[in-house]
Amino acid sequence: MGLTLLSRRDPLASASDQLAKLRSIGACPPFGQKMAHAGMSPLHATGITVFQVNVGKFCNQACRHCHVDAGPEREEQMTRETAELCIAALSRTDIPTVDITGGAPELNRNFRWLVEQARGLGRHVMDRCNLSVLQLAPQADLADFLARNNVEVVASLPYFRSSQTDAQRGEGVFDKSIRGLQILNELGYGHEGSGLALNLVHNPTGAFLPARQDAIEAQFRRELLKHHGVVFNNLYTITNMPISRFLEFLIQSGNYEGYMERLANAFNPAAAAGVMCRFTISVGWEGTLYDCDFNQMLELPVTGNAPQHIRDFDPARLGLREIVTANHCYGCTAGAGSTCGGAVA
Amino acid sequence: METYYHPHDLTKFADMGKGNKELWDKFITYYEAVFADGALTEREKALIALGVAHAVQCPYCIDAYTQTCLEKGSNVEEMTEATHVACAIRGGSSLIHGVQMRNVAEKLSM
Repeated sequence: MGLTLLSRRDPLASASDQLAKLRSIGACPPFGQKMAHAGMSPLHATGITVFQVNVGKFCNQACRHCHVDAGPEREEQMTRETAELCIAALSRTDIPTVDITGGAPELNRNFRWLVEQARGLGRHVMDRCNLSVLQLAPQADLADFLARNNVEVVASLPYFRSSQTDAQRGEGVFDKSIRGLQILNELGYGHEGSGLALNLVHNPTGAFLPARQDAIEAQFRRELLKHHGVVFNNLYTITNMPISRFLEFLIQSGNYEGYMERLANAFNPAAAAGVMCRFTISVGWEGTLYDCDFNQMLELPVTGNAPQHIRDFDPARLGLREIVTANHCYGCTAGAGSTCGGAVA
Repeated sequence: METYYHPHDLTKFADMGKGNKELWDKFITYYEAVFADGALTEREKALIALGVAHAVQCPYCIDAYTQTCLEKGSNVEEMTEATHVACAIRGGSSLIHGVQMRNVAEKLSM
């Protein structure tokens, strides 16, 4: 059986099927109504400080919660031509941060070129790394490359124990992740004063909200140092989005209604004010522009009033655009909030 | 089937304020203060609550504090140990009364 929804020909591989399911949230008010009650509708961008590029859906892992439906069977990859359009667009702006994600972004053949070009423009570059990729034989020099280019590594590690991590990310992934962190530590990553930032991403290993960021960060710091000698800079908590394979898990486990209710009941206007789509533009592997990586997977491009493709990139118009929202947005506004940079409220 | 316990009643807990708002408000203020970070962390307090929930065998509390423990960053291994603590205290509590049994038996026996 295939690992991805697409290879299994599951109806949830279709964005429209996911959106149809997300329209049904029981007694909870639709997200737009909740935002209107909070006086926050329509939601607008406040500029662009993060240029997020999703270079494709190919990944050496197939995590059960993946919102991208990424996996070894996926073939969507950003081409050099589209990567060049990204760099050309970036060069016409002063956007300080380039955030590269996937799939496993490092496995795109244009990843290193993209990193070098963005660094050449003087931009801060973040790599959303699954850690196990560092141990693939053809990627033996990847950690050195990242360090040489002073790339911030944002590494996924849902929990500091193997049982929870492997249940979500696959058998043996925890041990590979720890080895990946140790490789990065050996290069200076995560050590105070090294200038090489290593930040971890924790997301719950089930249908519940993440722990308070400062509290779980302290737990991770203590446990990873004690048992594995691993150090890191910061830990970001991210709420699981009710889309793609996590949506499949919610439905199959009978948790969908309860989880949506949990998210809606935990709606926090302060978190809504800080959502990352307000300061991010998300570029898809084929160059389409989105408000965030989640909208990208639901095939909800930026509003029709703004440029739709990287070749037409216009930071002035995109920086003030109205954000496209739907019920999955409850995931970013619950509790302390959830962004690619962690909690916000 | 009709039962005394309904899972959806958990969400109606605040209805207890309708009979006497003043007492409810005092209870909630106290309750929130108890579970705030103090000498013990919120996470540790949630684990204690989970153990107590098993000791008093309250299905509402077990439901609520299982979720709370997970959302405070605890894992099932820790939560299982908290349940064993409740079990040990409940079992020990029964067993210590065996001393009373022995005292009575000793007094009555030749």
